[in-house]
Amino acid sequence: MAKITKANSVGEWFDQRLNTTALNKVMMTEYWIPKDINFLWAMGVVLAVTFKLLIISGIFLLMYYKPDVNLAFDSVNYTIMQEVKYGWLFRHMHGVAASVIFLIIYIHMFTGIYYGSYKKGREMIWISGMLLFVTFSAAGFSGYMLPWGQMSYWAASVITNLFAGGSLEAWGLVEWIRGGFTVNDATLTRFFMLHVFLLPLAIIGIIALHFYSLRIPHVNTQNSEELDFDAEAEKYLAGNKKSAKVIPFWPVFLSKDFAVLSVFLIFYFYLVFFHFGFAMDPVNFDPADNLKTPAHIYPEWYFLWSYETLRGPFFDMFGMKAADIGLIIFGLAQGIFLVFPFLDRDPDILPAHKRPLFRIWFWIMIIDLIILSVFGKLPPLAVTEGTWYQIYFDNAHIGFYATILFLLLWAALPIITRIDAKRRGAV
Amino acid sequence: MRELKILLVLVVFTGALYFGVEPYAHTQLHKTVETPDYTFKDVDGLKGMAGNAKSGETLVQNNCVACHAIEKVGFAQSMDNATLAASFQLTPPDLSSSGLIYNADYLAAFIKDPAKASKTEHKYQDGAAHPMPGYGWMQPQEIADMVAYLQSIAPKEMTNKAVFADACQRCHSIKYGDMLNGTMASFTPDADIKKYMGTTPPDLSQYIRSRSEQYLHELVNDPQKHLSGTAMPRVGLTQEAENQVITYMAEVGDSSRAERAELGPKFLIYLLVFAIFAWLWKAKIWRDLH
Repeated sequence: MAKITKANSVGEWFDQRLNTTALNKVMMTEYWIPKDINFLWAMGVVLAVTFKLLIISGIFLLMYYKPDVNLAFDSVNYTIMQEVKYGWLFRHMHGVAASVIFLIIYIHMFTGIYYGSYKKGREMIWISGMLLFVTFSAAGFSGYMLPWGQMSYWAASVITNLFAGGSLEAWGLVEWIRGGFTVNDATLTRFFMLHVFLLPLAIIGIIALHFYSLRIPHVNTQNSEELDFDAEAEKYLAGNKKSAKVIPFWPVFLSKDFAVLSVFLIFYFYLVFFHFGFAMDPVNFDPADNLKTPAHIYPEWYFLWSYETLRGPFFDMFGMKAADIGLIIFGLAQGIFLVFPFLDRDPDILPAHKRPLFRIWFWIMIIDLIILSVFGKLPPLAVTEGTWYQIYFDNAHIGFYATILFLLLWAALPIITRIDAKRRGAV
Repeated sequence: MRELKILLVLVVFTGALYFGVEPYAHTQLHKTVETPDYTFKDVDGLKGMAGNAKSGETLVQNNCVACHAIEKVGFAQSMDNATLAASFQLTPPDLSSSGLIYNADYLAAFIKDPAKASKTEHKYQDGAAHPMPGYGWMQPQEIADMVAYLQSIAPKEMTNKAVFADACQRCHSIKYGDMLNGTMASFTPDADIKKYMGTTPPDLSQYIRSRSEQYLHELVNDPQKHLSGTAMPRVGLTQEAENQVITYMAEVGDSSRAERAELGPKFLIYLLVFAIFAWLWKAKIWRDLH
């Protein structure tokens, strides 16, 4: 056992037992971040804070929510929204944070893609991040079921139905997932468990992995400069703060994060109080009714692009049913981002504006995802009479073209990244 | 400068996405209908004819109170709601407030031909008839007199809840209005109203959140515009009565509205102060670095 002497302060007492001084150095004051960054580098901390808001508001909601098909709707819309003091505030905070966190996740993701922060040792950062995207998606989906409104019920029906695998007709699997032949009380209680226990636990674990995966390869810079972190850190510690190319996590990096965070919080609470409709769909304020299908069923905005790849192929092709083709593309869309580091065959880390073809690829991808999202929400009208323009550019066709473009972009990625690298002379 | 450019790109793409999936998508998902007509131009109304309340009183007593209660002038409800519903298909309305909450032209047209005025003729096919017989055989002057009488006995003003009860609650529940005692359940028992309407009319507790206010106004003014073929009758509410109904629905279903409006600015001011300090602190720390 280590020799413990009488401590002269509380800090020292803890230091003797928990080595807090060294911990603080490793985690905060001597955890080095590059200086050459912009505000997009603050999205990680913005995400961590938004997740914290979700946990806190979720705990309060959990005190009154009742996971039972007969009680759930009223426990949310009456007890929490009308009776509990500030219950509405916690629900709005939870609902809006659940929606906005995906906006920040997408920004965070595409920042990584733009600056090439997923390769040459940073693969695990990317993969753990994509696992977070998957677990957050599952949390969003399971949470959406809890108020037991019309959209809760029908979205649950549509999504669990996907596990039948189209023509595979794996109904046994669907029943196993639902705990019954249709979405029912057992479905609600199991998704409740996932939402309040297993998924948050998994998310916290993967966040720890995500943070840890940053330690070895370090954070990327906006000009993809490879730094000797030890040498730069020495400069900084010696007092050459101006010439050092690194900054400590605390207080320098976090001071910038807090500044960005403060702007985000204004935006977020503006939405919570004055503009929450986008995150709390009106249709879900009708209680679930298994005999009344809503006129339009659509997911929350952050799932729309992948939802559109599911319904984009609306006619049979190559001897396959439209629904099966959609399901295959949908499955592909769920997994493809995970292997991004291995599809990019350019060995150099560079921001997209220094990679001519990749830059074009990047912006077309963003625009295509927006088009997919918009047409994922619009009714999939297929016009059969009219001018060629009306027939071939109706909602259903535009969604189909955007889906095909989405596939082509992924097919092109290994090729165009290789061409970029060749032209630069890197390979 | 570069950071502002990045911010601009973020705002433009997020804005485009938002515009596409929210305001634009909603124009495509919901149909637009004509704005509500609170003068009920299409009905066979009074045509400017003035009525005599005194002679209307006798006419109403002779023709209406056999089925309708008029508590205001001492004609109490003859049986309980359930028995009335069993006898008449649904509970007939008390007429005490009808002179205030219903448009006078509409009221005249309704007395003449209830199914036509309420736009529910499609419901009464093959020998089925509206529970209230039409009084089209009366002289226009007599109808005007009855309307004048109903107006003369109507209260000058009513609470939002009372308007809702008279205008909507015979068929619709709004249980959040009184979760504890259940007094805001529909007057006509569920089984009877389901038989009469073909389906149980929805509980309206959350309609203020599930439908836009504009939609509610358009629907109440003329249900056929949004729900073609619906069994829900047009009831002919005046604009003011309709506002009161929807205000009541908001009081019940969105009770935090006032608190939200009051608390929101305070939150934002607090965060603005936080933002100022956060940026000052950031500037102070980064000053040494460049």
